[in-house]
Amino acid sequence: MSAVKQISSRTVVLPAANIDTDQIIPARFLTATSRAGFGKHLFADWRYEADGQPRPDFALNRPEANGAQILVSGRNIGCGSSREHAAWALQDFGIHAVISTEFADIFRTNCLKNGLVPVLVDETTHAWLLAHPGAELTIDVEHTSLLLPDGTTLKFPLEGFARYCLLNGVDELGYLLSQDAAISAYEQQQHG
Amino acid sequence: MSTSPKTMFEKVWDDHVVVPETVETPAVLFIDLHLTHEVTTPQAYTELRKRGLRLRRPDLTLATMDHSTPTRTEQVFGGVPIALDSAAKQVQQLEINAREFGVELFNLRDSRRGIVHIIGPELGITQPGKTIVCGDSHTSTHGAFGALAFGIGTTEVGHVLATQCLLQRKPKTFAINVVGNLPPGVTAKDLILAIIGKIGVSGGTGHVLEFRGPAIAALSMDERMTVCNMSIEAGARAGMIAPDGTTFAYLESAPRAPKGADWESALERWKKLPTDTGATFDRSVDIDSASLVPMVTYGTHPGMVAPVNGHVPSQGDAVFQKALAYMGLKAGEAICDVPVNSVFVGSCTNGRLSDLRNAARVLRGHKLAKGVKMLVVPGSQNVKRAAEAEGLDRIFLDAGAEWRESGCSMCLGMNGDLVPAGQYSISTSNRNFEGRQGIGARTLLASPETAAASAIRGRVTDPREFSN
Repeated sequence: MSAVKQISSRTVVLPAANIDTDQIIPARFLTATSRAGFGKHLFADWRYEADGQPRPDFALNRPEANGAQILVSGRNIGCGSSREHAAWALQDFGIHAVISTEFADIFRTNCLKNGLVPVLVDETTHAWLLAHPGAELTIDVEHTSLLLPDGTTLKFPLEGFARYCLLNGVDELGYLLSQDAAISAYEQQQHG
Repeated sequence: MSTSPKTMFEKVWDDHVVVPETVETPAVLFIDLHLTHEVTTPQAYTELRKRGLRLRRPDLTLATMDHSTPTRTEQVFGGVPIALDSAAKQVQQLEINAREFGVELFNLRDSRRGIVHIIGPELGITQPGKTIVCGDSHTSTHGAFGALAFGIGTTEVGHVLATQCLLQRKPKTFAINVVGNLPPGVTAKDLILAIIGKIGVSGGTGHVLEFRGPAIAALSMDERMTVCNMSIEAGARAGMIAPDGTTFAYLESAPRAPKGADWESALERWKKLPTDTGATFDRSVDIDSASLVPMVTYGTHPGMVAPVNGHVPSQGDAVFQKALAYMGLKAGEAICDVPVNSVFVGSCTNGRLSDLRNAARVLRGHKLAKGVKMLVVPGSQNVKRAAEAEGLDRIFLDAGAEWRESGCSMCLGMNGDLVPAGQYSISTSNRNFEGRQGIGARTLLASPETAAASAIRGRVTDPREFSN
C-alpha cells in the first residue's frame, strides 16, 4: 500500500443512497484471481449500455469527471457484499477518497486496507457537495480534515491506527505478525 | 472473574481478545474458524506467497467452492467442462492454493461440498462461543449458534490465514426483541424481512444484533440461520441468537462436533454464553411478530418490503422512485398483482433441507404456471441427498422445476445461473439489488413457501392459500 497524505481533486458525484457493492463491481467480474484491472468494470451496469458503449449521461463518463479522485456518494455507500473488489475497482479507476454521511462497515474497512480514504461528513456539508459536482476539495489525512472551496476546514473521524497506516503506507499485516508472541501465548492458554 | 452482567457478544469478544484495544490501536482478536471459498481468497494467497508466509492454523481453516461453481449435474459430475473459463480457472486456483498451503478443501465433486454457510453448521464446526470469519458477508449466518461470526474482505482473509487474528474495534450491541409468537404460515424469512423493513438497511451499521424473545427461542436451527443470515442486510456486522437445547440437539449428531467428555465440557461452556440478566445493550427495538404476515420485497434493497397481501407504498423519496422504475412497478400497486417469470429456491438464506421441504409441501401435486421457470438448488450436497431420500426432488421435477447440484447459483449469478433482463424473479435469497440475479433482472425476495405458491400462480401469491 502506498502512503496517502493528501488528496486534492475535484469531485464526481453519485447522489444515490445505499449504493451496494454489487453496483460498484457486479458479481460476474469476480472470477478474476488478481487485484488488478477492475477499474474498467467499475459501476459496469450503470456506466455502459448493453452493447458496451459508455452511457454519456452517467457521471463517471462525463468529461468533467475525467481525473476526479474524490467520489461523493449518497448515504450508506458500500452496503451488501463483502467483496474487496469494490475498493480495488474504485482505486484502479482513479478514486482515492469517498465522501458520504454513512459507510457500510465492511466496505469502510476494505477501503482503509487499500489506502482509499473514507470521509464521513455531516448532512449539511453532504447536501452542499451533492449539489456542487466538480467542487475542488483537499483531504488532509494527517490532520483528518476536509478543505472546502470556500476555505472552510472540517474535521472527519479517522482512528489513529488507520491514519498511521495511511500516512506511512503500511498495512496491518506487518503489525499483526509482530504480535506473534502474544498470539502464541493465547493459543497455549486456550489449548495447552 | 467479572461480576458485571455481560451480553453474549461481550462474552465471546472478551474470550478472544489476544491484545486489548487502546485509543491508538484496535484489539487483536483470535479467530477460531476461518471458512474460505474460491472467490475472495486468491489475492490473499498471492499476498502470502509474496511475503513468504505460511498458513498459521490449517487446522482452523476449511475451504469449499460454491460461488462460481456450476449447478448442472453434467458440469459437476459429467465430462462437460465449466462453461465460464474464468470460473474454471478460479476453481483450479483454489485447488492449487489449498494444496500448497495445506488447507482441507471440499472440491467440486466432494460429497461434503456446499455453500460455505451451509456446511459449517452441517459439519458441526460452527459452534457456540466461537469467532468465525469468512470472506463473505453472509458469515453472519453462523451467529444462529451463539457464535460471533462476520464477513471480511480479502486483505483480512490474508491476515487470518497468516496470523489467525484480525485487528478489530469492538462493535456496539443492538437487541432485537421479538415480542409475540409467529402466526401460522409466517416464516423466519418473513420475520427477518420485517425486521429489516423496520430498522432499515443501515439500521444495524456498527452493531452486532442479538435476536431475543420467545418467538426466537421457538425457531429451529434452520430458521435461526435464516434470521441471522440477513443481519448484514440491516447493515449489522453480525447477528447472534443464544444457544439452547435446540442448538445442542442440532450439534450433538453433527460429525465434527465435540464427542464424549469433550462434548460435556463444551456444553458446560456453551450454557454460560447467553446474555446475563441485567446486561445492557447500546440499542434495542421491539418487533411485534404476532401481527406479521408473509413478506415480499418490491424494491432494490431488502428494506423495501411489504406484506404479500399489501401494496407497494403510494409515495416515497428519490431512492423509492428509482427502485420502482427499475422494478417496473407502480406506487400503490397490489403486491399480489406482480407477475412472476422465474423462481429460485436455494442460497445460504433458504437452501437448507427444511426450506426445500417447505417449498415442496406447497408445490406437491401442482404444476408451474405457464411460462414460469423454477430452479431448486440445495445448499449442500448433503441437503441434496437428504432431499432426494425424502422424494422432494420428484415433487420439484414433477411440477416442472429444475433440480440442481449445490451452490450459490442464482442468488448472485456468478456461475451463469441468471435471470433474463426485465423478468420478475421471486427468490428465497437475500439481495434484491439491481442486477444481482442478472443484468436488468427484477428480484422479489420471499420465503420458500411464498416462492412456491407464486410459481404455481405465475404471480406473487400468499402461500397461506395453499396451507391445506
